[in-house]
Amino acid sequence: MTMGADIITAIRVVPLEHYVVLSLLLFCIGVAGVIFRRNTIIILMCLEMMLNSVNLLLAAFSAHHSDPSGQVFVFFIMLVAAAEVTVGLSILVMMKRNVDSVDVNQLNRLKG
Amino acid sequence: MKELFYIIAAISVISAVLVVSARSPINSVIALVVCFLSIAGHYVLLNAQFLAMVHVIVYTGAIMVLFLNIIMYMNLNKASEPRKALLTRVSAVVAGGILFLTLLGAIGQGLTAPPANEFDGSIGLVRSVGTVLFTDFLLPFEVSSVLFLSAMVGVVMLAKKDKVTKEVATADLSPAEMERRS
Repeated sequence: MTMGADIITAIRVVPLEHYVVLSLLLFCIGVAGVIFRRNTIIILMCLEMMLNSVNLLLAAFSAHHSDPSGQVFVFFIMLVAAAEVTVGLSILVMMKRNVDSVDVNQLNRLKG
Repeated sequence: MKELFYIIAAISVISAVLVVSARSPINSVIALVVCFLSIAGHYVLLNAQFLAMVHVIVYTGAIMVLFLNIIMYMNLNKASEPRKALLTRVSAVVAGGILFLTLLGAIGQGLTAPPANEFDGSIGLVRSVGTVLFTDFLLPFEVSSVLFLSAMVGVVMLAKKDKVTKEVATADLSPAEMERRS
């Protein structure tokens, strides 16, 4: 059980600020990716990465403040992300069928 | 333990950069799987065992496989994406970096709030998360099932609509009419 005890003490060993910086880095890489890329599928993946960085931050705060509510919120964010991905991918399938491209620049006119 | 955190953090950041910079979508998906697995490692370090399991099952098990399936079905792995202008790419990196610096500056003084509760290393276990989920958050939990139902109906409608209208369009029109319209 030494491993388990190690993990429990490790929660406090790493300062909370370092988790914040890591989450910020992941979030900003996601933002840059959304601006940077034109492929819709990669933009969707960058959105997933941004959601995950927020999840990590919530879990870190929850563990440091010993409040399980934060982890329940992470659970709900995961539910919403799963629903969002299915809808996003079905829109992508429709886009591929209709304009035969996954380039977001093809969607600039909002015509049906 | 502290070194482990920095190693996993380096893996997360490097794979996140690879997701954005990879040319082919398949490589991006693989890099994102690595990123998500490393985030699951962070959850284990935070002793959030329930979250680590759910994260691996939902994200790496379901969502990323869905992405791979779509890439396979739609044959999107051609890497024929036209590159954006250099100015756009540079400004994207600059915008991301400036956002990072701004947010970093916002927490520059450090987080001074004392811990809200007495330290308890076992809050991430299934028992405590489940207890909170089914007592304090029972209504949102039930409402999320409605969200899933509506998402499911929406996806079926979105994916089917195009096919139906196309069938109607071709069935109702005579060949001459179709020629005239096109």
